[in-house]
Amino acid sequence: MKKKLLEVKEKALKSLSEVNDLKQLDDARIRILGKKGELTGLMKGMGKLSKEERPVIGQLANEVRSAIETELEKARKNLEERALSHRLNNEKIDVTMPGRVQKMGHRHPMSIVIDDIKNIFIGMGYEIAEGPEVEDAYYNFTALNIPEDHTARDEQDTFYVEGEGNFLLRTQTSPMQVRVMESRKPPIRIIAPGRVYRSDEVDATHSPIFHQLEGLVIDKGITMGDLKGALEVFAKELLGSDTKVRFRPHHFPFTEPSAEMDATCFGCGGKGCRICKDSGWIELLGCGMVHPKVLEMSGIDPSVYSGFAFGMGLERVTMQKYGINDLRLLFENDVRFLKQF
Amino acid sequence: MDLPLKWLREYVDIDCDVKTFMDEMTMAGQKVEGLADNVCNKAKAIKNVVVGRIEKIEKHPNADKLVVCMVNVGKEENIQIVTGAPNVFEGAYVPVALDGSVLANDVKIKKGKLRGVVSNGMMCSVEELGFTTHDFPDAPENGIYIFSSQPELGADVTEVMELTDDVIEFEITNNRPDCYSVLGLAREAAAAFRKPFRYPDIKVREEADGHSSDFVSVEIKNPKLCPRYIGRVVKNVKVGPSPLWLRHRLTAAGVRPINNIVDITNYVMLEMGQPMHAFDIDTIDEGRIIVRNAYDGEEFTTLDGQKRILDSSMTVISDPNKAVAIGGVMGGENSKVSPNAAAILFESANFNGPNIRITAKKLGMRTDASAKYEKGLDPNTAYDAVNRAVQLVELLGCGEVVPGMVDCYPNKREPKEIPYSVENINKLIGFNLTEQDVAYYLGLVEVKTDGKKAIAPTFRPDLESEADLAEECARFYGYDRIETTLAAGTPTCGKKSPSQLIEDKVAEIMVALGYSEAMTFSFESPKVFDKLSIDKDSSLRKAVRITNPLGEDFSIMRTQTVNAMLNSLSTNYNRRNSSCFLFEQGRVYIPEEIPLKKLPNETAVLTVGLYGGGSDFYSIKGVVEELGRMLGFGGKLDFIPASDIPYMHPGRLAKVECCKKPLGYIGEVHPDTLKAYSIGTRAYIGVLDMSVLEELASFERTYRPLPKYPATERDIAIIVDDDVTVREIEDIIRQKGGRHLESVKLFDVYKGAQVGRNKKSAAYSIKFRAEDRTLTDDEVNGSIEKILSALKDGLGAELRDK
Repeated sequence: MKKKLLEVKEKALKSLSEVNDLKQLDDARIRILGKKGELTGLMKGMGKLSKEERPVIGQLANEVRSAIETELEKARKNLEERALSHRLNNEKIDVTMPGRVQKMGHRHPMSIVIDDIKNIFIGMGYEIAEGPEVEDAYYNFTALNIPEDHTARDEQDTFYVEGEGNFLLRTQTSPMQVRVMESRKPPIRIIAPGRVYRSDEVDATHSPIFHQLEGLVIDKGITMGDLKGALEVFAKELLGSDTKVRFRPHHFPFTEPSAEMDATCFGCGGKGCRICKDSGWIELLGCGMVHPKVLEMSGIDPSVYSGFAFGMGLERVTMQKYGINDLRLLFENDVRFLKQF
Repeated sequence: MDLPLKWLREYVDIDCDVKTFMDEMTMAGQKVEGLADNVCNKAKAIKNVVVGRIEKIEKHPNADKLVVCMVNVGKEENIQIVTGAPNVFEGAYVPVALDGSVLANDVKIKKGKLRGVVSNGMMCSVEELGFTTHDFPDAPENGIYIFSSQPELGADVTEVMELTDDVIEFEITNNRPDCYSVLGLAREAAAAFRKPFRYPDIKVREEADGHSSDFVSVEIKNPKLCPRYIGRVVKNVKVGPSPLWLRHRLTAAGVRPINNIVDITNYVMLEMGQPMHAFDIDTIDEGRIIVRNAYDGEEFTTLDGQKRILDSSMTVISDPNKAVAIGGVMGGENSKVSPNAAAILFESANFNGPNIRITAKKLGMRTDASAKYEKGLDPNTAYDAVNRAVQLVELLGCGEVVPGMVDCYPNKREPKEIPYSVENINKLIGFNLTEQDVAYYLGLVEVKTDGKKAIAPTFRPDLESEADLAEECARFYGYDRIETTLAAGTPTCGKKSPSQLIEDKVAEIMVALGYSEAMTFSFESPKVFDKLSIDKDSSLRKAVRITNPLGEDFSIMRTQTVNAMLNSLSTNYNRRNSSCFLFEQGRVYIPEEIPLKKLPNETAVLTVGLYGGGSDFYSIKGVVEELGRMLGFGGKLDFIPASDIPYMHPGRLAKVECCKKPLGYIGEVHPDTLKAYSIGTRAYIGVLDMSVLEELASFERTYRPLPKYPATERDIAIIVDDDVTVREIEDIIRQKGGRHLESVKLFDVYKGAQVGRNKKSAAYSIKFRAEDRTLTDDEVNGSIEKILSALKDGLGAELRDK
């Protein structure tokens, strides 16, 4: 019996060492340890052994069984590892092949810039206002202190609209100032981006349709210092924290005092280059304290409230930001252009 | 406005360098554009051109038309120069460009050989120095310039001939007509640099007999258009070239010298900003100047020989019989000063700015004079200007000034009083000026103050209110010195409105779905309606019209966005972009009635357009469904087959509704329309009304617990007639599926031989689930039975063989 056990063990271990795949391994397990297996068969003969022999042989049988089981487990692990490493070897792919995804679209560069600007001002407590593009001359000119015979009203600059009234396509976003002042009470902090229209032929730097952004702050005790503060923060956020600004006196009919704000040239950082005509500065926006007459016309008492306003063109900023050299690209919608943003 | 610094220095001592001057002027409110495109600026590049004297001229050994000159340039040795110029002679003083010199326009001169003879430089004409014979009337045409004096040999020619200057271009804002003059800018410069301002000392000797009124009378018929007219007479006029200094000033200011009389009028215009005109007094009948409106259709020939047709809005200077000038714009050919005029009348007048601007525009002749007048000049300047002109006549010795003037000035412009308080000024600019400070800063620009009111000079019509005074203080205090603060005031919450948030969300979804954002023009051609085959009586054709468009192509405000989208698709298609997925959030402009009585409705529209990339109708449908899902109304969308949009494929068009509200439409573009837009492939368009989208959109979400029990899924495939829509099938499944029906998903549609002609098979995966237990097979089978029998009854559907 003992001899047979040792034979079974030896044979089993030998056959396990020759097993090549999991199927063979399973076959071997059944052949040896299965219900009709060799070891199981031997064990059935245990009953015939003497009382003295039984524990000894029993122990040996257990040892044999456990040795075989250990070996089986080892062989299985080994085979699994081999199988896995085989699979991994076979599954090698070319990782340089292109990825697969629903490709996202792209925002228009103008929208990206407008959004950036909106976010800067929202952070400073501004709301976003909107207004009509087909506008009444009253809002576009009169209420902004632009008199009847002012050059700005000339047909060569302004598109007028047929109808029984003095209608036009707004030439600036400033009429939204007036509409906001008429419809709300201070404190007012708004920006108003939008399309504006001027009678310019289309070329690389001109378009009869372009975008402006208007800003308006009205409250008690607003000063020019506040204007400078807000716009300086804006410029640094938009153009980078190294940006310096300067305010030059200027003239607009609807602000007094008025200024233009220049920012250090993005091309040369202020040293002077072709882009800034060697001045080191790029004109960014016009601004000023809201003219008392404008406040009054819009129903706000200038002896109680004061405020500042600013306005800027958005195409030039966008083009400078991305290095776009032809304004017409913005309206063509060539996907090869749009994809770049 | 081009300002020559040499001229400026007559009135104010500017001793800083040019760069500092430009910066300081800019920061004080007179913005410098840069150095002007002016010959005097360019002359600064001239190097190494000196005065020389021709000592000896010999024939060139090898050329008949050349001579060899020995020129003394103040050095020990004379230099040899070969020239072809015919006007040289021994003893002539000439400009000599030495070896290595630079002339105008960057021409470099090097020594070399001319027909075998060494030439060590070049003798120069005024043209080679960048100037013309207008600047140097004594220079020969196409010959070497010969100095009329004997300057020091070897001296720099640019200095001897006074060629160089710093001419600075200013951008003058249109509220400052006074700054369109050398004196105006000098006043600003004096204020900016805190230097004294020297107004010219205007004195006239008046040595002729009689009085100007003996020669002329002036009558103004329309004082609104001509507030003032001054005439002064000069006798025994000698027309000739002006002296060098005067010609230089004009050239430096960018005005070409003509003759002394014309030059004087231009000089005064540049210096004082007051346009002047000179008439030959003999051409004015009865010596009577009548300022009146022109007659409609009145013909008039201006100085430049052009015949003009006038209208009654314009002002003419006339005598009893004929017009002699268009007021403020240009004089007439019939009254111009001839070289042998015996006496002239200097006009120094004031005209209504806007009227002059419109007149000049109507006539298409914006002259130097009209450009000045259109800003609105101070009538008080006219007095000094006319005296300045005759003072120059006396200085130049080109006529005898008749005493007195004829001055018609019915409504004198008086200085304006502006009440102010120092406190209010400080409140506006945000610093603390004292009363003395305010008086000081305003005094810099000749505004008188007494602590309560300011008196602004009449040449400053822009100063009207306290705010204007505040700006003057701020300008000279320095904008850059105003301390930066962040508005305290009442805090406000920065935010976007709900509709702006939805617009942003829509853009975000579209981008995530692979669509790029387009931007198109909001005006277009009225022809687009025909191009889109839109009905003749469609309300879309009622569009807002632009009175003065850039052309028909840009003459109406769009009432639809399809044309612009199709143009964008076409651009991409014709540039061989294989696919194109675009969206635009833009406005349409819908008038309530035409002609327009009130502003049109401006409605935001989402337009989606695509072609290529394996797209079909369901690509665009998917976009709308996804928008609906993300905006919180996905399950409520209906797509209703339609065929009534002329530019859309009648079999591939769906109206989109949500809870019975029309939201827009989607579909394939009609083949004829594709052709009209040169798009050679199927393209798809969707148009959704943003206002409805905004109304429907909701970002409110409520959590539903995740299911605890498993779902049971059954797949069925049924065969129906081809014209049965899946929508009809799904409606029945949902109706009959019972309360445990969770979802119905179409996973296959098959048409072909296996299902028979005009039939199709639709395969669905139907999911059931109960919240509180696992459903039994019997329960689910029961539901499926009900569904199948209802499909059979309702649609004649047969279960496809398994």
